[in-house]
Amino acid sequence: MIHVSMTVNGKAVSAHVDPRTLLVQFLRENLRLTGTHVGCDTSQCGACVVHVDGRALKSCTTLAASCQGAHVTTIEGLAHDGHLHPMQQAFQDNHGLQCGFCTPGMIMTSVDMVNRLGTDLDEATIRHNLEGNICRCTGYHNIVKSVKQGAHDMGAHNHAKAAE
Amino acid sequence: MSATGIGASVKRREDIRFITGKGRYTDDINRPGQAHAYFVRSPHAHATIDSIDVSAAKASPGVVAVYTGADTSADKLGAHFVGWTIHSKDGSVMKTPPTPALAVGKVFYVGDQVAVVIADTYAQAREAAEKIVVNYGVLPASVDPRTTAGPSAPLLHETVPNNTCFNFAIGEKGATDAAFAAAAHVTKIDLVNNRLIPNAMEPRAAVADYDEGTDVQTLYTTSQNPHVARLVLSAFAGVAPEHKLRVVAPDVGGGFGSKIYQYVEETVCVWAAKKINRPVKWAADRTESFLSDAHGRDHVSHVELALDASGTITGLRGHTIANLGGYGSLFGTVTPTFLHAILLSGQYAIPNIYYELDAVFTNTAPVDAYRGAGRPEATFIVERLLEVAARETGRDPAELRRHNFIKSFPHQTPVALCYDAGDYVLALDKALAAADYAGVAKRKAASAAKGKLRGVGFSAFIEACGIAPSQVVGSLGCGVGLWESAEVRVNPVGTVEVLTGSHSHGQGHETTMAQLVSERLGIPIENVAIVHGDTDKVQFGMGTYGSRSGSVGMSAIFKALDKVEAKARKIAGQVLEASEQDIEFKDGKFTVKGTDKSIDFGAVAFNAYVAHKFNGQEIEPGLKEGAFWDPTNFTFPAGVHICEVEIDPETGVTKIERYTAVDDFGRLINPMIVHGQVHGGIAQGIGQALLEGAVYNSDGQLMTASYMDYAMPRADDLPSFDIDTIETLCPSNPLGMKGCGEAGAIAAPPAVINAITDAVGHENVTMPATPQVVWRAAQQAMMKRAAE
Repeated sequence: MIHVSMTVNGKAVSAHVDPRTLLVQFLRENLRLTGTHVGCDTSQCGACVVHVDGRALKSCTTLAASCQGAHVTTIEGLAHDGHLHPMQQAFQDNHGLQCGFCTPGMIMTSVDMVNRLGTDLDEATIRHNLEGNICRCTGYHNIVKSVKQGAHDMGAHNHAKAAE
Repeated sequence: MSATGIGASVKRREDIRFITGKGRYTDDINRPGQAHAYFVRSPHAHATIDSIDVSAAKASPGVVAVYTGADTSADKLGAHFVGWTIHSKDGSVMKTPPTPALAVGKVFYVGDQVAVVIADTYAQAREAAEKIVVNYGVLPASVDPRTTAGPSAPLLHETVPNNTCFNFAIGEKGATDAAFAAAAHVTKIDLVNNRLIPNAMEPRAAVADYDEGTDVQTLYTTSQNPHVARLVLSAFAGVAPEHKLRVVAPDVGGGFGSKIYQYVEETVCVWAAKKINRPVKWAADRTESFLSDAHGRDHVSHVELALDASGTITGLRGHTIANLGGYGSLFGTVTPTFLHAILLSGQYAIPNIYYELDAVFTNTAPVDAYRGAGRPEATFIVERLLEVAARETGRDPAELRRHNFIKSFPHQTPVALCYDAGDYVLALDKALAAADYAGVAKRKAASAAKGKLRGVGFSAFIEACGIAPSQVVGSLGCGVGLWESAEVRVNPVGTVEVLTGSHSHGQGHETTMAQLVSERLGIPIENVAIVHGDTDKVQFGMGTYGSRSGSVGMSAIFKALDKVEAKARKIAGQVLEASEQDIEFKDGKFTVKGTDKSIDFGAVAFNAYVAHKFNGQEIEPGLKEGAFWDPTNFTFPAGVHICEVEIDPETGVTKIERYTAVDDFGRLINPMIVHGQVHGGIAQGIGQALLEGAVYNSDGQLMTASYMDYAMPRADDLPSFDIDTIETLCPSNPLGMKGCGEAGAIAAPPAVINAITDAVGHENVTMPATPQVVWRAAQQAMMKRAAE
């Protein structure tokens, strides 16, 4: 057993775990944050995407131990003060989800996409940057619309905050 | 139309938990003291089990129990049940294999469940499983459906000669053969409908619990139909009587048919929880899902179309071999027969049809219904025949279809179905306009100038869904009825709970069903809750599949609402001291005709429960009504899809430039959700046409058992879609709805293949039409042209 400690959604957490524990297992089983999902065993489906130190990462292919001291954000940590993150709201506004299983990872990847590439994303860019997230329900049509709106609204939100 | 009523694109309330990570899927559920199960699976496609030594596994750290087929069969536990009896054309009944839970004596496919280890942690169970020693007597595998019924193929099951389940036929052979003999033109093609693996993003899972005090077993599981699960587990698998078995399907992450059936794993978990008196938790990893979720499709066909000199179709005939896999499965026998062959008339007035289908077993995973279930296979046959016939006879494919469309209803086909309503010409015209069909020649020339090949393909699909009228399916061999149930419970202060036997695993019922109730009762949509998925809460229902929860599920709600309104009207009459006949109900208010005396729905509800203002012997207190709706017919959604592709002949890469769909789903409750269903279905259909395919090698090893090898459609494989609808109301249900959930998966594959074959100028394009397949076809076309 080893001792791991990190910050998850703003809260300091620590535990003794089997060294083989994946970050996704640590989140789901130790911290009971079950919003992050496991959908495959070859690191391709993206249902497990979280942010570690501000960047998207597949938690199924990351050891909890390698996140020692890191700042981790999961889907449960996106909303602030009871308000949905603009990307979350955009997914609801545009029917960007059906069964919801891929959705947390899809949203986390999308927020990271905007962080990396800006708030004015075209369809080709969005589709290309969603290559690591598989959805079986929506056919991606409404996911693309959601990301476009979410990106734009993240920009508007940032302008509003900067103006305060 | 109100902002929250029928026809409004109301945003989904269930989204809130999904977008915030607060969904409750089966693997999110934990029970105190739970143990974890791991299944040992056969690495061989076909073998005898000569011995199993579990002693080292039992002694492994953390292990609670190890079970094999000897244990499950001693308790008479079963699985692999077939729910639909099919007769062969000689009148004999189908032959189905034995139905063990864990394998007994033999294994029949790679992944077949041989033993289960239950331990304190998943890691301990997995480690112990590796210590189990199974001595297999490896046998040659019969993998190819084309040869498995032949004399030299290895025999799978002793009780199933020639590995043949049944030899089915439908239609009139004599009249059809005569039509072909007299035909001006006959088109003949060989088609393969490639085997697919459903791959819902949530793997199957089960959490089973046992309460020793009440002797009640509880199963949380990824099911599309918890009551059917309970029925099968109780009446067939032998787990527990229904009244001692609770099945809960919480949030389920996609199904597409693969979560209809009761598999070995869920059955063994609920049985084992009682045996060890501890909760048992299991979840498949993705490889296990690939190996043992029911696969779909897998037909090999030779089909022919007869035309007269004016291009009128005079006959269709064909023969198909349908692969059922290694065991029987719940809908596995009806999918290639009464969900398939009866659609072979397509949208066309075809006077003569004769079709034979042989269903065979092979050493592969069991095959059962997967989105479309038999109708994609039928549509692929009909729409490829139409397109090829058009090309062979120099006719425009849209005009050949238009010429042959059914134009008056009702229309009795030669393959059992009678289509009740539709407007196929209207959908075609709208699709042609939306796809700018008139501009195709110009776009083809522009592509050619760049050295690219452009093609356009059509698919005019029709299907039978809204499964199903019980007497009809009963007469065709179905073991159950296919009605749906609903209970509308009005609470004393006017909020409403609707308990539906349907189950949403992505379809948005919590929103769409609430829209129906809100509009009908004139109450705010926030005051309506939809309850589903728990056999303790909801009376028996048949679940969600076969595009039935709108036309059948909502009709049951509609009928229950009729009863609620009737009783509320009675009570309103008592309260307002007027005759029931003089009461009007509009916008949530009961009013005495011609006066301003009124009472709103909520106040009527309160009165119903306090029962002060009426005689409780004449009108029972309370306001709660149920209904079971048995449809009188299937529903027949239909439409025209047009796919336009551009191909690089040097690489064979296909890009879908535009995809247009105009579909008739009757009345739409929530257009946003209907479009979403079409998008998802089209994506799966394009996946079948361009990317997906389950491949077994000659030893029966599944070569495509991960996302590295099985090409799932990703966002950059697909375009955005142009979706529109027309409306011809369905005459057989009170809301006029037709099913929309499977349409895209049914229509898309032939649209795509027809476009590619148009672009390359050669018909030899198999699914999936990978760059290699398309490049070869383009090369063959070029060589053929050079030779002429």
